[in-house]
Amino acid sequence: MGHIWDAPLAHIARSVRQKELSVTELVAHALARIDTVDRRVRAFLTVDGDGALARARLLDAQGTDGVLAGLPMAIKDNISTRGIKTTCASKMLEHFVPAYDATVVARLADAGTVLLGKLNMDEFAMGGSNENSAFFPTHNPWDVTCVPGGSSGGSAAAVAAGEVLFALGSDTGGSIRQPAAYCGVVGLKPTYGLISRYGLVSFASSLDVIGPLTRTVEDAALVLGVLAGHDARDATSASITPPSYVEALTGDIRGVRIALPREYVAEGIDPDVRDAVFAARAVFERLGAHIDEVSMPHNEYAVATYYIVASSEASSNLARYDGVRYGMRVDDAQGLQDMYTRTRSVAFGEEVQRRIMLGTYALSSGFERAFYGQAQKVRTLIAQDFRAVFDQYDIIIGPTAPTAAFAMGAHTSDPLTMYLNDTYSIPMSLAGVPALSLPCGADARGMPVGLQVIGKPFAEVDVLRVAHAFEQATTHHLRRPALRDAYAAKEADA
Amino acid sequence: MSRYETVIGLEVHVELKTQTKLFCRCATSFGAQPNAHTCPVCLGHPGALPVTNEQAVLLALRAALALQCTIPPVTSFDRKNYFYPDSPKAYQISQFAHPIGRNGVVEVAFGRTTERIRIHQVHLEEDAGKLIHEPYRSLVDLNRAGTPLIEIVTEPDLRSAEHAKMFLEQLRDIILYCGVSDGKMEEGSLRCDANVSLRPIGATTLGTKTEIKNMNSFRAVQGGIAYEVARQTALLDRGERVVQQTRRWDEAQSITIAMRSKEQAQDYRYFADPDLGGIALSDQLITQVRDALPELPLAKRQRYEQQYGLSEYDAASLTAHVALTKLFDEAMAHAADAKTVANVLLGDVCAYANAHDAPLSTLPITGAHIAQLAALLAQGTISQPIAKKVLKQTLQTGEAPNDIVATQGLTQIQDSDAIDALVTQVITAHPQSVADVRSGKTQALGFLVGQVMRASQGKANPALVNELLKKRL
Ligand SMILES: [Zn+2]
Repeated sequence: MGHIWDAPLAHIARSVRQKELSVTELVAHALARIDTVDRRVRAFLTVDGDGALARARLLDAQGTDGVLAGLPMAIKDNISTRGIKTTCASKMLEHFVPAYDATVVARLADAGTVLLGKLNMDEFAMGGSNENSAFFPTHNPWDVTCVPGGSSGGSAAAVAAGEVLFALGSDTGGSIRQPAAYCGVVGLKPTYGLISRYGLVSFASSLDVIGPLTRTVEDAALVLGVLAGHDARDATSASITPPSYVEALTGDIRGVRIALPREYVAEGIDPDVRDAVFAARAVFERLGAHIDEVSMPHNEYAVATYYIVASSEASSNLARYDGVRYGMRVDDAQGLQDMYTRTRSVAFGEEVQRRIMLGTYALSSGFERAFYGQAQKVRTLIAQDFRAVFDQYDIIIGPTAPTAAFAMGAHTSDPLTMYLNDTYSIPMSLAGVPALSLPCGADARGMPVGLQVIGKPFAEVDVLRVAHAFEQATTHHLRRPALRDAYAAKEADA
Repeated sequence: MSRYETVIGLEVHVELKTQTKLFCRCATSFGAQPNAHTCPVCLGHPGALPVTNEQAVLLALRAALALQCTIPPVTSFDRKNYFYPDSPKAYQISQFAHPIGRNGVVEVAFGRTTERIRIHQVHLEEDAGKLIHEPYRSLVDLNRAGTPLIEIVTEPDLRSAEHAKMFLEQLRDIILYCGVSDGKMEEGSLRCDANVSLRPIGATTLGTKTEIKNMNSFRAVQGGIAYEVARQTALLDRGERVVQQTRRWDEAQSITIAMRSKEQAQDYRYFADPDLGGIALSDQLITQVRDALPELPLAKRQRYEQQYGLSEYDAASLTAHVALTKLFDEAMAHAADAKTVANVLLGDVCAYANAHDAPLSTLPITGAHIAQLAALLAQGTISQPIAKKVLKQTLQTGEAPNDIVATQGLTQIQDSDAIDALVTQVITAHPQSVADVRSGKTQALGFLVGQVMRASQGKANPALVNELLKKRL
């Protein structure tokens, strides 16, 4: 304890700016932690140690005045990094090196960060356990026999295990929030359009968002401030000037109106998770907020709607991986059609193929109206549920996931159970509203449980203020996985 | 006489005249090194996103309005999904649900009659890349990928191969008038597919159609359709069925060849492109673009005949080229004599352009120049031969005819005394020719007129020279 590594990001960056702290030392420290811990966690697909050290030396030599000066971080492997492999954890892109940086990568670089490498995920962000990585699964730092969640499992695990100071993930139906909950960290899915998607490899374009995974709400606010804002390269990026998110963290939530939908704590939820959510409710009341139970009547259609919308868009977005480009191609194809079919059969994993088939079917002539068209209508109804509640309330709370992290292999043969696991995170993606997961307790096994704090579109300020007040009033975020402590002990010995 | 009626609908692809591509800022240019004009967006690289080129939307809107289409309040893009190596994203961004224009009409002159050919829709889309096939390998050039196109789809209103060609030529003129495209078929900036079917005369339902592709010239369009009509006629006459299929026009053999049948038709799985929002087309914008439309070729041609009394031939010739009508209209704005202006433009100006292989628009001449020249001629200030000289100089240098005439003293000599003095000189110098004329050899008179003109450096009024010479002989 007391190591600079455990300090708030704002504090570390300030020390770097003031030249009290060497970026090179910070990066060397990070690489040493990765070296020790990652053989068990396996959060990284690529560690760019040389690149990170070179960058650190450059920052030390030139100095930096960035908001995130000197902070070592890593990025989910579906975000384009120029010159560094971006695989989407797929055989299809195993050797693909992008020619350009995503907008968020450029913004983080401008803010003075150091990129340590690329993080594991479910293939093309399809999955909730990281078991769909084509290379190897990531393990939960709290219990390496459990999954870290997904699809941003590598990002959540790396932050929880202390391998990075923060990470970027992407969220299409819960892919930032659910692993954040499973790994006991903070994960923010911002409003659709707040952060540029330029350079995020598309899974479901109308749902995909990039967001930070951090140790605290304050850190999330700091990183969000760097990422948010209009980008002319993304036609779906909103033309707004982001406010100061850090300044929003006043700790005062007296009079805030909070809604707890009945549907979020109904059947299917683990009792330990439900207890943690009810305990959180009591905390909010103690802090002076006003809480009511409400109803979100179209909630039950969210999962089905999501799997049609997301899979339809995915079937089109992933069509470009056809064996013509990106390096992966069967070498004994009999003609073009055979090359397409066999390359895609060999190089895409089972879950990716399942969703491509589902989406292709849902968009097919004769079925489009019944599936994709109908799903779009239901999506509108789900968004209306949110609007109706937000007419009366500032914030909605609920669980992030129905259970804490499950054992590896528990659901791999049962995709439907895996899909239902997204019940509480999907509606916010369909509605495009901001949602943050933060630790709010543990289940009987001691595995972290996540609380979801949901706000109006572009009201990240409210989400962060409420989540921060909760965090400051509780100690859940101070718990650390044993694996992380093991490293600290080893370091103390040395 | 055929027992069948021919029914033809056209799908015309027009490349828009923009500086950059439809969804990225790469240059649109013809003939660059393969893949020189590409970026992550038009290469379809993972994570790259499209952003719509507003200039392309405005040009498409202009075309849709020129074709008298109904414009929707919001137009949007859809994805047309298909696998082919010339399509880097494996989908084409096109318009399906809300195209920029629907239910238009083009008035087309077929000889002396004018018909209304209905336009089903006009939509914006991106072009694909180009495949170059070599032995044992194929290469992909994506310079063209993402180039903005509009597709103009007609209703099946055309009734013969000749009419199809005439329609296409007049459609091309409209496109050129509006400045929407270069309209060059040979460079692929104008492409045409045709749907052709036959039905018994008097029938109201459509027969089975075939689609003809790869017709790369106006002549090919007429040839391809005519061949297809003959082929289908022969099939039906033999009591056989026409198979619905796509056929390719083979220019060398002058035949159409089957490419694929309907059973192999693609399901494009259209859906709204989630990367691009809708584009609102306000009434104000629509009015603004419509008001800025130029007068279209057919209307202009009819006006030239009625307002200026030009012949049908002259009016058609002038309106066949945008640059010519521009010069004509400019000249007429200076209240010039229409017939003289038409003669100058269709005669010497066109001849000069042809002889120098220079497009009219690149010549330094203006409508005001033509008007000056016509006025100088009408007032008798200069003679026809001088006018030709002056025009040539204007075409070469861009100097105004009035200035050329003034600085070079080319004003026609109308003064009888001055001309008579020259006549005296010539008669004295050529006694033999004078004798010849007097003995009835009239060719010699021409020689003497020529000598007087020469002595006046071409400035003498030829009629006056003739008159004075005759008087003296
Ligand atoms: Zn480009």
